[in-house]
Amino acid sequence: MLVEFALYHAWLVPLLPALAFGVIVFLTRPWPKLSAIVAVGSMAVACFFATLAAYGVFTNHEFVEKPLVYATRWFSLGLPGMPEVQIDVGVQLDPTSAMMLFMVSFIATFIFLYSIGYMEGDPGFSVFFSYLSLFGASMLLLVISSNLLQMFVAWGLVGLCSYLLIGFYSHKISAREAAKKAFVTCRVADFGLLLGLLALQIVFGTLNLTELSEKIAHFEEYTTFGMLTLIAVLVFIGPIGKSGQFPLHVWLPDAMEGPTPVSALIHAATMVVAGVYLVGRTLFLFHEVPSAMQLVAVTGGFTALFAATIAITQREIKRILAYSTVSQLGYMMLALGVGSLTASMFHLWTHAFFKALMFLGAGSVLHALHHKADVWEMGGLYKKMPITTWTFVIGGLAIAGIPPFAGFWSKDEILVATLSEGHYVLFAVGAFTAFLTAFYMWRMIFLAFFGEEKPENHPHESPWTMTVPLVVLAVGALGAGWVGTPWHNVWAEWIFFGHPHHGPVNYGAMLLSIVLAAAGIYLAYMLYLKDAKKKRARRLAEWFGPVYRMLYNKYYIDELYLWFNHALVDGTARLMYLFDIYVVDGIVNGIGGFAKLSGDGLRVFQSGRLQNYALIFFLGVLAVAVLMAFTGPSAASLVLGGVK
Amino acid sequence: MEFPILLTILLAPVAAALILAFVPKEEHMLIKCVAAVGTFVSLALSLFAYFTYDKTVGGLQFVFGHNVTWIKDLGVTFFLAADGISLPMLLLTNLIGFSAVFASWNVNNRPREFFILLMLLITGVMGTFIAHDLFIFLLFYEVVVIPIYILVIIWGSSKRVTKEYAGMKLTIYLLIGSAFLLVGVIALFVKTTALAGTPDMSFTGLAQAAAQLSRFDQIWLFALMLFGFGSLVSMWPFHSWSPDGYAGAPTAVSMIHAGVLKKIGGYGLVKIAVYMLPVGASFWAPYMAVLGVCGVAYAALGALAQKDLKYIVGYSSVSHMGYVILAVACLDVIGLNGAVANMFAHGVMAALFFSMIGFIYEKTHTRWIPDLGGLARQTPRLAAGFMLAALASLGLPGLVSFIPEFTIFISSFHNYGGLAVIGIAGIIITALYVLRAGANTLFGPPRPEYDHLQDIRGPEMVPLVVLGTVLVVGGLLPSLLFDVINSSVVPLHAAISDALQIGGKF
Repeated sequence: MLVEFALYHAWLVPLLPALAFGVIVFLTRPWPKLSAIVAVGSMAVACFFATLAAYGVFTNHEFVEKPLVYATRWFSLGLPGMPEVQIDVGVQLDPTSAMMLFMVSFIATFIFLYSIGYMEGDPGFSVFFSYLSLFGASMLLLVISSNLLQMFVAWGLVGLCSYLLIGFYSHKISAREAAKKAFVTCRVADFGLLLGLLALQIVFGTLNLTELSEKIAHFEEYTTFGMLTLIAVLVFIGPIGKSGQFPLHVWLPDAMEGPTPVSALIHAATMVVAGVYLVGRTLFLFHEVPSAMQLVAVTGGFTALFAATIAITQREIKRILAYSTVSQLGYMMLALGVGSLTASMFHLWTHAFFKALMFLGAGSVLHALHHKADVWEMGGLYKKMPITTWTFVIGGLAIAGIPPFAGFWSKDEILVATLSEGHYVLFAVGAFTAFLTAFYMWRMIFLAFFGEEKPENHPHESPWTMTVPLVVLAVGALGAGWVGTPWHNVWAEWIFFGHPHHGPVNYGAMLLSIVLAAAGIYLAYMLYLKDAKKKRARRLAEWFGPVYRMLYNKYYIDELYLWFNHALVDGTARLMYLFDIYVVDGIVNGIGGFAKLSGDGLRVFQSGRLQNYALIFFLGVLAVAVLMAFTGPSAASLVLGGVK
Repeated sequence: MEFPILLTILLAPVAAALILAFVPKEEHMLIKCVAAVGTFVSLALSLFAYFTYDKTVGGLQFVFGHNVTWIKDLGVTFFLAADGISLPMLLLTNLIGFSAVFASWNVNNRPREFFILLMLLITGVMGTFIAHDLFIFLLFYEVVVIPIYILVIIWGSSKRVTKEYAGMKLTIYLLIGSAFLLVGVIALFVKTTALAGTPDMSFTGLAQAAAQLSRFDQIWLFALMLFGFGSLVSMWPFHSWSPDGYAGAPTAVSMIHAGVLKKIGGYGLVKIAVYMLPVGASFWAPYMAVLGVCGVAYAALGALAQKDLKYIVGYSSVSHMGYVILAVACLDVIGLNGAVANMFAHGVMAALFFSMIGFIYEKTHTRWIPDLGGLARQTPRLAAGFMLAALASLGLPGLVSFIPEFTIFISSFHNYGGLAVIGIAGIIITALYVLRAGANTLFGPPRPEYDHLQDIRGPEMVPLVVLGTVLVVGGLLPSLLFDVINSSVVPLHAAISDALQIGGKF
């Protein structure tokens, strides 16, 4: 009964936090505690409904083949009977969206709860919770969307919220610039996505996901293969920006300027996974175009490796986590590119738990150390902050890919899928990235939490509102992967594209990834924990000086973009402006000036002074008289126009 | 006889102006209240008209005075009527007019004269949108010019250019536009009268007779009208009055001018030029599309180079009008819907933007961005309004301007392909300049010299509340806007395609 209600009213899930946004902005803003209760409460209720809906979907195997869709007209143009454009808004529930609905609302609830402790005493406390609510609402709307334009709207709102939250400490120049960078970068990507959507609408006449998937299955009736390829590539540009894929990843690491719960929300549950989700949702499009799939896979694989190499050298705890997010998103894209929705969504699912956990753990550390972010200045925190440390260690084991933690299963699934599709190079890239991931993550953990305590730090464990979410998420980071073990893969029976594929258990790949992860952790141990003075690590950095500097400076890509923006875009703008005020206005003023000049000239004859008129009159008479005197009357009459 | 709702809407501000003439000039509060009431009556009635308009029937409704003959020999009647294209414009005028009164709440230099002129200005603008007779349309259009000039040169401000220069530029451009228009209208009238036998100045009558015109006549008549309406809607390259004019004008005039007065150009293009001369329109459409795209890209880059807030919004509005021109050039149902809806959306957003900039200027005495910064801390509500307008300007999904732009993009991408892509790329540059302006004005470290600033409050909140509500509601429920517009665009488009199939006579 209640499950039925939740299934057919799934729009309540995004609506509740959206209402919370309104209530906080217009009513409860003066009372921070009340605002927090409204935000957390509404998200918890939304999570309850989402759980029910997910339960309804995952107990009825019909939804796998035939998603539950209900929609209403948003607007239409043209004759009412046969509109030229009709855009619907609605709900599409199938295992993928039900999983996302549950995951987003669940993680968001605990991040909201955590924020109560983290943001305590902040003057913008209520505002912060209103933004969080809107953020959650937008993401949930994106997840249940049955129409791509609806999804694009939610996509834009998610972007707005990330802008507001990254720039939450807007008095800081760095936060302000990071927020702007996030928005503009995503905007560039959205431009591509928008063109893709326009082309889809024009070619197929609809943006409803179910209709599109049917029509694209036999696209030959509507368009050419070349056009479809173009559309797929354009659509993919959006996720490149949103999910921080190379070359539009630059905004993501800067996004940590926002308060830490925001980073957790952006990096784990919302925002960045939106891109992966969108590609997953439109996989029917990419599936038709092998070259687009190849593009997705290569972009993902490259990003995974690329971001991991940067993460090795970074010093700030959140920045390391940020690059690890970019890298993990690369894995998800890679999985989609090799055609495995199963593996991609599985990794998205497990990653949400352990990445949220680690960001919140990092927040707990920053909270204790008064926002000292450099891992080299931390050390030995495990004594004073046991819960934070041990939950963080669980997260570290999960992301490194040590069984039985969640990340192991999903990463294994991706690597196996890559291998079984015959992408050997990408498999090697993925495996090597797994080694790097284990290394840089444990470098951070050993430096920050173990080793010697720094006397100038006075850490303390965080309040219960912060540690409870850590513990809950740690449980998820441990166990979320057990639904998809190779021996009994429940996950693959529900979430797949086309048909479920059960490959044989690949023990070789499994063993390889365990060995690589262990090797990474061991290397980190040797360099950063056993060697208390870190001499070897420093020497390595010196030996590879130029490489180290290049990695530390993120391959100088930010500088390149900055140059492009300032020199080229602003330069052109100034040029245009000068053209406008000197040439366009010059012509306008010139015309005005000519009129004025001729007026000035003619004004001499219209001075209004009687003496002048008399003078001219007299001179005229004189001229006529002279004329007549010298030439005779006939010539004079010619001059005077025949007057006789 | 039913209640003459359009006439009442039109005359309410006139009544207010007449009352103001008898209010003592020291009674500042009373003067402002009278102006507020006058515009409120118009606003309430136009809301009523908007929501009672029968969308299933469409066409002209609330007809008034179509049998009231004004000048018999010219076939002029005092014909007022509204359809799905004029109603959004009428509503827009009143939303902005009402807000403009409150945005001018702190005008203490000769407020009586100021508000009388403002009322006349609003009346003139409204008249153009509900007139269904070309002569009456032109008459109201000329009514607009005089108050604008006086308002700018007395209550304006001099920055890069003097307010006298700005006022003169604004007025002369309006007049040059109308001069070409007038030539076009007279020629059209003479030719159609010769064809139809009896003089008729009503839109419908002219359109019917104009269908008989030769293709050549349609083309050169449309060119005249395109020049006239184009310079009014700041079509590139006849746009340079716009940034200077807005910068020099007082807040209320900037709001009304950018918000609605400019839209008379776009409205006239759709409802007069395209409607009466479809063959000419289809001839010029590709050229219009090029000019539109030029305007979008050129003005967006121009805005990027600005440091004065008003200049940014001035260039921005030129850029947004480029989309309108582009949409009209598509000459299909989606494009025309998008053109009208985008005019509405841009009007609301530009008016909110100018009112917020007006308050910033009033409080800090500067609009120069390097002198501003961190205002979000000292004046959070002002900052919220500014950001709302900024986000609407960049076409954020969920705000009123997104769907209109989206429909324009569909139509123009469909019709003009690569050319439209250049125009659509404008959204990136728009995001860049709008967010840069917001960041440098509102965010960053607060400046101590602005610590004493008082946030907007009381009557000053009205523009934000009224226009902000429209921005959000219109964004969430686009059918509120499109159903009305669509009901009149569909028959308009049917008429155009009929005419194009016949192709005009040679």
